[in-house]
Amino acid sequence: MSQEAIPATDSKVTADLSAKPRSVWASPIRRREARDGIVFILPWFLGLLIFILGPFVAGFYYSLTEYDSLLPANWLGVENYRRILFDDDRFWLTVYNTVWYVCAAVVPQVILGLLLAVLLNQKARGITVFRTVFFMPSIVPIVASVSLFIFILHDRFGLLNETLYQVFGIVGPNWLTSPDWSKPSLVLWSLWGIGGGMIIYLAGLQGIPQTLYEAAAIDGAGALRCFWKITIPLISPTILFVVIMGIIGSFQIFTPVFLLGSANYGLAAAGPMDSLLFWVVYIYNQGFFYFRMGYASAIAWLLFMLLVVLTLIQFRLAGRWVYYEDEAAIR
Amino acid sequence: MLNIALGRFEGKSRKVAQSSLVYCLLVALGFLFAMPLVWLISTSLKSNEQVGMWPPVWIPYPFVWENYFVAWTSGRFGLYFFNTAFITVLATFGQLLTASMAAFGFARLRFPGREVLFAVLLATMMLPFVVTMIPTFILFKNLGWLDSFRPLIVPYYFGGGAFFIFLLRQFFKTLPTELFEQATIDGASNYRIYYQILLPLSKPALSTVAIFGFLHHWNDFLAPLIYLNSPEKFTLALGLQQFIQRTEVRYQEMMAMALLMTIPVLMVFFFFQQYFIRGVVMSGIKG
Repeated sequence: MSQEAIPATDSKVTADLSAKPRSVWASPIRRREARDGIVFILPWFLGLLIFILGPFVAGFYYSLTEYDSLLPANWLGVENYRRILFDDDRFWLTVYNTVWYVCAAVVPQVILGLLLAVLLNQKARGITVFRTVFFMPSIVPIVASVSLFIFILHDRFGLLNETLYQVFGIVGPNWLTSPDWSKPSLVLWSLWGIGGGMIIYLAGLQGIPQTLYEAAAIDGAGALRCFWKITIPLISPTILFVVIMGIIGSFQIFTPVFLLGSANYGLAAAGPMDSLLFWVVYIYNQGFFYFRMGYASAIAWLLFMLLVVLTLIQFRLAGRWVYYEDEAAIR
Repeated sequence: MLNIALGRFEGKSRKVAQSSLVYCLLVALGFLFAMPLVWLISTSLKSNEQVGMWPPVWIPYPFVWENYFVAWTSGRFGLYFFNTAFITVLATFGQLLTASMAAFGFARLRFPGREVLFAVLLATMMLPFVVTMIPTFILFKNLGWLDSFRPLIVPYYFGGGAFFIFLLRQFFKTLPTELFEQATIDGASNYRIYYQILLPLSKPALSTVAIFGFLHHWNDFLAPLIYLNSPEKFTLALGLQQFIQRTEVRYQEMMAMALLMTIPVLMVFFFFQQYFIRGVVMSGIKG
């Protein structure tokens, strides 16, 4: 059903409208269309209420209570938040660990991902094979790739330390059992999956008209200059997208952290000396291990508020460095 | 003349040098990226003695297929495989059905409040899943649905995810309006238009949604971890996690399990490569 379909079939309605300011929904055809439209979106709308808005509001309520999911919730006011922010050292360790990882993982995702995409945007023979090789790791199921990395990063007979020792004579660190190296291990794992961001960049790069580069070459611009003056500005909306999604995703990272952290230490643990205690891991711990649903909800809401603030700041800053073609056309 | 010719030659050789440099870089990096997967496959076929050997054994001799047998039977991977497939098929079907319905409503039908609701839909795409995780768990607990597949399937019959609705709506908008007009004039109801015109024409977009849905459900770890307790209901992800947790790990068997879980994903990737890329491009448009 389209905008144009209506005047063709019932011009009377239009005439009606000019005569008397009646609602457009009064026409039987439009009424049927509206009714059908509501029927079609109804499953989604119910889902919105039941699985998104309802839990969203309920979560905020729980965050103000003490609730173990068995006994009725006990109203606390802002006590949970006060305790988290002022009395909970593990929470601040969580914040430190998570922010450490976000910085160490998002920066390479954004920069190396882009460089890799530029490299793979060349017209060279067999380039699609290379694209496949770099993209494939990012779709390997996380549990599978983490178990592979647990094996590769094994202290004694893992491939990495074995190679470091036998080839370079270096005694490699205890990747997964030392508090200093558990987070770098996680970053190594995340680097292997960099192909996901790369492919988004690649799509952006292929949208840049080739004529721009040809014109710049005629004017005598080198490859580096073309990269800074053409590629970066034109791909900046994609960079913004990768940055925002990367930050939101990295703050909420759970599966690999939980798997690496519990591999040698049991389900309630978070790596050597809590070095893999990350935000969502802590929520899981409090909520599903100790059944402190209210406390866990408050930690979740703190993360939510932090992400909202961070995203708003990024959009604000984006005005300074992101270049939108449509805007330039208006000027 | 000579100068120009020389200049041209220099330009050309520079280009050759540049492209061979790019090739060297690509090969070196490609090797690094491919190695873990090769190592995964190779280890899964090794005997116990070959696992920790130096120099590393890349092509095991003989192939120990028994590792897969052990993973499949005593690792109960056959059961986990079936459970995961069951959840994946039902949940993905729900996503396809209800996301395409909502997308049709938003793309082609006018009803009061449509623009507002669509803005709400876009806003929910940005909502982090952690804020709804605990209350959703409590909801399913109160319904008595814990330790069943229902929490992993039923929610996907309610719209199937804002991003997929958005993706399908964008696709539906590109279809020629004349088709729908003609069908309406011929007396077809909107339900019939949806079923007999829209869906058959949208196979590429629906395939993209199906692939991403499949990947999500097949790989999901957190939701099964929270909702499933009895080992006979475990998915592949949980089964593999159980194996990681063991104190005495036989890595060749662990790698065999990891590969068993990965093979269907890689198969889908190789058969439907173009839909993969399309989906990623669509997600890029969003930004």
